[in-house]
Amino acid sequence: MAGARDSLRVVGKALRKVDATAKVVGATKFADDVALPRMLYAKLLRSPHPHARILRIDTSRAVALAGVKAVLTGKDLPIPFGILPVSQDEHALALDKVRFVGDPVAAVAAGSEETATAALELIDVTYEALRPVTDAADAVAHPEPRIHDYGDGGNLHKLIDLEFGDVAEGFAEADLVREDLLFFEGSTHLPMEQHAAVADWSPPPDGKLTLWSSTQTPHYVHRALAKVLELSPAKIRVIATPNGGGFGGKSDPFSHEIVVAKLAMLTGRPVKITLTREEVFYCHRGRHPTLMWVKTGVKKDGAITAMHFKSLLDGGGYGSYGVASTYYTGALQTVTYHVPRYKFQGARAFTNKPPCGPKRGHGTPQPRFALEVHIDKIAEQLGMDPAELRLKHLVPPNSLTANWLRIGSMGLGPCIHKVVEGSGWKEKFRKLPPGKGIGLACSSYITGAGLAIYWNPMPHSGVQLKCDRGGGVTVFCGSTEIGQGSDSILAMIVAEVLGVDPFDIAIVTGDTDLTPVDLGSYSSRVTLMTGNAAIQAAERARDIIASHAARKLALPAERLAFAERRVFDVENPARGLTFAEAVQLAEAAEGTVGTVGSYTPPPSPGRYRGAGVGPSPAYSYSACVAEVDVDPATGIVRVPRIFIAHDVGRSINAATVMGQIEGSVYMGLGEALMEEMAYRGNRNVVHKIPSLLEYKSPTTLEMCDVVTYVVEDPDPNGPFGAKECGQGPLLPVPPAVANAVYDAVGVRIDEVPITPEKVFKALRRKAKGEAARYGPTAFPDIVWPEPTRVPPPWEGGDGKAAEGSGGRAKTVKVPV
Amino acid sequence: MLRLPSFNYLQPKTLAEAIAMQVDAGPDGAFVAGGTDLYPNMKRRQQEPKVVISLMGIRELAGWEMRDAGWVVGPCVTLSDLSILPSFRQSYPAVAHAAELVSTPLLRNMGTLGGNLCLDTRCNYYDQTYEWRKAIDFCMKKDGKICWVAPSSPRCWAVSSSDVAPVMMAIGAEFRLVGPKGERVVPAGRLYANDGINYLTKHPAEILAEVRLPAPNGWDAVYLKLRRRSSFDFPVLGVAAWVKWGTGKGEGGSVAEARIVLGGVASQPQEVPTAGATLAGSDLSDEAIAAAADAAYRPAKPLDNTDFDLSWRKQMTRVYVKAALEELRERQR
Amino acid sequence: MDRIKITFPIMPDAKAKIALELNDEPVEVAFAPHKTLLEVLREDLALTGTKHGCELGECGTCAVLVDGRPVLSCLVLGLACAGHRVKTVEGMAEGGRLHPLQDAFAELGAAQCGYCTPAFLLAAEALLAANRRPTRDEIKQALAGNLCRCTGYIKIYEAVELAAARMRGERAVPSEESLYGRR
Repeated sequence: MAGARDSLRVVGKALRKVDATAKVVGATKFADDVALPRMLYAKLLRSPHPHARILRIDTSRAVALAGVKAVLTGKDLPIPFGILPVSQDEHALALDKVRFVGDPVAAVAAGSEETATAALELIDVTYEALRPVTDAADAVAHPEPRIHDYGDGGNLHKLIDLEFGDVAEGFAEADLVREDLLFFEGSTHLPMEQHAAVADWSPPPDGKLTLWSSTQTPHYVHRALAKVLELSPAKIRVIATPNGGGFGGKSDPFSHEIVVAKLAMLTGRPVKITLTREEVFYCHRGRHPTLMWVKTGVKKDGAITAMHFKSLLDGGGYGSYGVASTYYTGALQTVTYHVPRYKFQGARAFTNKPPCGPKRGHGTPQPRFALEVHIDKIAEQLGMDPAELRLKHLVPPNSLTANWLRIGSMGLGPCIHKVVEGSGWKEKFRKLPPGKGIGLACSSYITGAGLAIYWNPMPHSGVQLKCDRGGGVTVFCGSTEIGQGSDSILAMIVAEVLGVDPFDIAIVTGDTDLTPVDLGSYSSRVTLMTGNAAIQAAERARDIIASHAARKLALPAERLAFAERRVFDVENPARGLTFAEAVQLAEAAEGTVGTVGSYTPPPSPGRYRGAGVGPSPAYSYSACVAEVDVDPATGIVRVPRIFIAHDVGRSINAATVMGQIEGSVYMGLGEALMEEMAYRGNRNVVHKIPSLLEYKSPTTLEMCDVVTYVVEDPDPNGPFGAKECGQGPLLPVPPAVANAVYDAVGVRIDEVPITPEKVFKALRRKAKGEAARYGPTAFPDIVWPEPTRVPPPWEGGDGKAAEGSGGRAKTVKVPV
Repeated sequence: MLRLPSFNYLQPKTLAEAIAMQVDAGPDGAFVAGGTDLYPNMKRRQQEPKVVISLMGIRELAGWEMRDAGWVVGPCVTLSDLSILPSFRQSYPAVAHAAELVSTPLLRNMGTLGGNLCLDTRCNYYDQTYEWRKAIDFCMKKDGKICWVAPSSPRCWAVSSSDVAPVMMAIGAEFRLVGPKGERVVPAGRLYANDGINYLTKHPAEILAEVRLPAPNGWDAVYLKLRRRSSFDFPVLGVAAWVKWGTGKGEGGSVAEARIVLGGVASQPQEVPTAGATLAGSDLSDEAIAAAADAAYRPAKPLDNTDFDLSWRKQMTRVYVKAALEELRERQR
Repeated sequence: MDRIKITFPIMPDAKAKIALELNDEPVEVAFAPHKTLLEVLREDLALTGTKHGCELGECGTCAVLVDGRPVLSCLVLGLACAGHRVKTVEGMAEGGRLHPLQDAFAELGAAQCGYCTPAFLLAAEALLAANRRPTRDEIKQALAGNLCRCTGYIKIYEAVELAAARMRGERAVPSEESLYGRR
């Protein structure tokens, strides 16, 4: 039934979201809107040092301040946590060491936020400063003092070396081999809502903790709280309030969540914390600054013979999702254009800055920028139109890549055609007057990670469904509404299957007491995974209801259709029951009508170490054409218009798809032109600009016009064929802008953000006859581990690493 | 949430009351108008007055009138009103335009003319929270000893970031200041000093009571603003250019007098007299404009304490002065 | 000049009480005198529809209307609102019916996470009160003080245009391209 696409009544329409009314009247309760009687306020004391040992903490003066109810330090919460099992390297409050300016050191709960703030000043901390590591190159050059005592040696957190086929042989076969160095600056999510959490504790014998938090991942917060607080998960309830924007920035368990929980347990009173904007910059987990080197061999027609890609990520002070991020900088180069032999070397450094993690596109916008600019240069060298080059060498649908990713539907070709035709590409490319330019780039993104963060055989998403005898339906799911519309997707899918109106459906989400586990709103997984789980639950309910309706109507159940709140004979629609009547029949016969559904992604064919990052049930595709105006006198780049085509498989809610695509273009434009996590390397490694004024988020006056094309190439793994659309369309924007700047003024800006200073410098170099380029000039020497050699599918491999090759990244000896 | 510290809030109804309150409060007192400059600074503990005296209830500070063919504007007129009122806009397009370029529509509904003229100097070592500033061991403008922008400097290099002040100087506006010892009228430029801490020459209890604009004839002015985004952002460079046309306007018309005032490059709006002088007698030919732009470029010394790379900002002085003068020439034709 | 004696209150945090007109109703509220309108609305009047993103006037998320003008409630002192008219998002819907702007925002998906939405709605309401037929550029200018990270603003512009048309009495519907993309 889920496949009967011609008769869809709800799916694919542009409908209001089920939470839209609450949002426009200001009724949606975000975390900071939660207020409980007797509530205390918490504040965190944060480190003023980028790297230091804590010698002594004296809280006595703070404890003595009138109105202060409790003060915590690291020793009160000594158990480490972290989002990935391999990097449990965070403490709720620093135990013995601080690792960036802003690292939480102590916490206060008081009767007012003012008192809590005043108490912070009364906590005396003695530090012993250590040499800070300012960036990734500094980390490579300075293995000591180490920021963490684990990792792949010195201040390198993770080293990866994977080889799929003999790239040297591929380069030898090429007609042209090109190398490029590029850099993608770090940026942050900047959700408009600052993180907030409220904890409430019901003392023993209940011994039950409730936490409301602005989190994308209540399940992982649940696990972290249980671990650090040493409570049974059964005694913890995490409620994810609707997030006022997430973009990946609220998908780690955070210090402040654990701290308010502990403070509530200690004081017996509800405790709230609301971070300031500056503190949100310290939570970060945003885009890793990434230096990249790429070498590609191509034939005269642009066919790739081999690719070698190196990335160096500046990880900040903690692990976060960083190991996964590092793999992601190498995983998806193979899913757009056919790459027969591929080598990837990735390194993540620890540095004394707020930790980087997953921001919209997680680890893939950086390599996509590098790859798409690199291909633009290759096309020029070959004298080919870059659109033609790409179209000629697309990865075929239903195929395997060199690194063993299984591609299902693949709509990049139609996407390229749409933007090329829509933008008048052929009339404009290399033909516009000076200062005006046009650039093309493409991309792909996962629709959900194929593997859970902690490996386990359980489903990634679960749905419970209950039918009310009055005709209402309630859907329970652990998914988290972060503005992407996931609550509405659940309602629309269930409404489609049961033939009711989406607004007949009550949605209960993101509550670990009430809802089955969904892993969280990250990696663009929710529509596909909760959608499939919801289809299963709804189809099971429909089957139950249909069997009893069929008996009543004396018809075979297969003849029944569910639509317009009725259950009726498809051959004689007048003959039927209301949906409520049908539910009542089922309930009378079987008791309460309730079902469950769940979803587990298909297993991935790759079985080498590292194969866990990259596989997805389905890949979305995007193509983008950017138009730019570059002022040669100033270097200022304006982007008047972007054409974007996105292969979404199938739209569930068309209006939401449009919003996600436009929003992705917006965020990509910000990264392309102005957003930047800047630090003062020479001044204590402080964040240079932790404010909404100085961190430049595009306003209405910078945002470009967007022409959107929705390409629907249904994927068999998606619910009704749906794939993601919330992250992928960001990816091609920065390289399309970079390529357009080159078309406009003939300089290559191999680095984002593409600021006026960089364009101006490159133009000056060009005028002087020097290389017309701005970008990085060297990739540091890194001692890579022995590569893991995995024969690609066409070389007869089985997805496993070759005997005797690397296998696991081995710890590099630290030069003393 | 970032909150204000506690303070006493006073709402005088007359200038005399306000001045007396400030005299009484001494160094603990501060005047406030729209609050868009003072309150963020107080939340970040850059300013910690114990007594805040609102000027918004003083009727005489919020008015407009024509006097001697020019306009007299009260300092508590909001930036929105200044940019919207059609008759004012027609008479002083450069002033209205500069007001319109300040921050955002929301802020301009609160921020006032006087507030923008007395705007605290800005620096990205200073416009930070207490905790942030503590991490760099503070700076001399507040709680510290050193200027991080120029560590060997004896003075603070925070930047004048007003959009309206350069225009006021360029067009030759005057300010009426009323204080405990009486009142005085000074040319706009006299209000400012090139010191990031003591950037205003007025006595702390003196109130900017009137902004007197010259009669709007025989001259023209423009204001151009450089910043990252077309909203929210302070100027990293402002160029106010004013020319007084000699007789024989139009063909063969020549510049009798000119002034170029730069914002965002020093602790005060910086007039570049040499640039103005090169224009006198010219007809704003390409050569004259290039010479003036070059003259303005040389003394502009942006430092590394605002958005953008400082060498680029310096380069842009030339480009923006040229553009401003070309616009004036274009309008004359 | 006569010297005026200033008497400082003994307890600067003792609550002050003001009367104002809030969402068309007279209201009295007491609060610590250093509190901003934002804090008074959210904490002393339990109107949490007004949000905050920086508390420094750098994002526009806290915008409310004071005497019909959109302002930053994080930088308005509560005390300064005595005797003034304040309108928040809670006051937009009338008689159980959404304001046309609210309706259009909901219809087009102009509210994604919904956090910046109340401020955009009020800024847009002030725009439409002054200009019944704003151009796209006028909408951009009027909303240039409100940051949104979700939408890229486009659905917001379209919603304002749709609401404006309906408020003029036109039977406007969203364009096909706005909802489904260009074909």
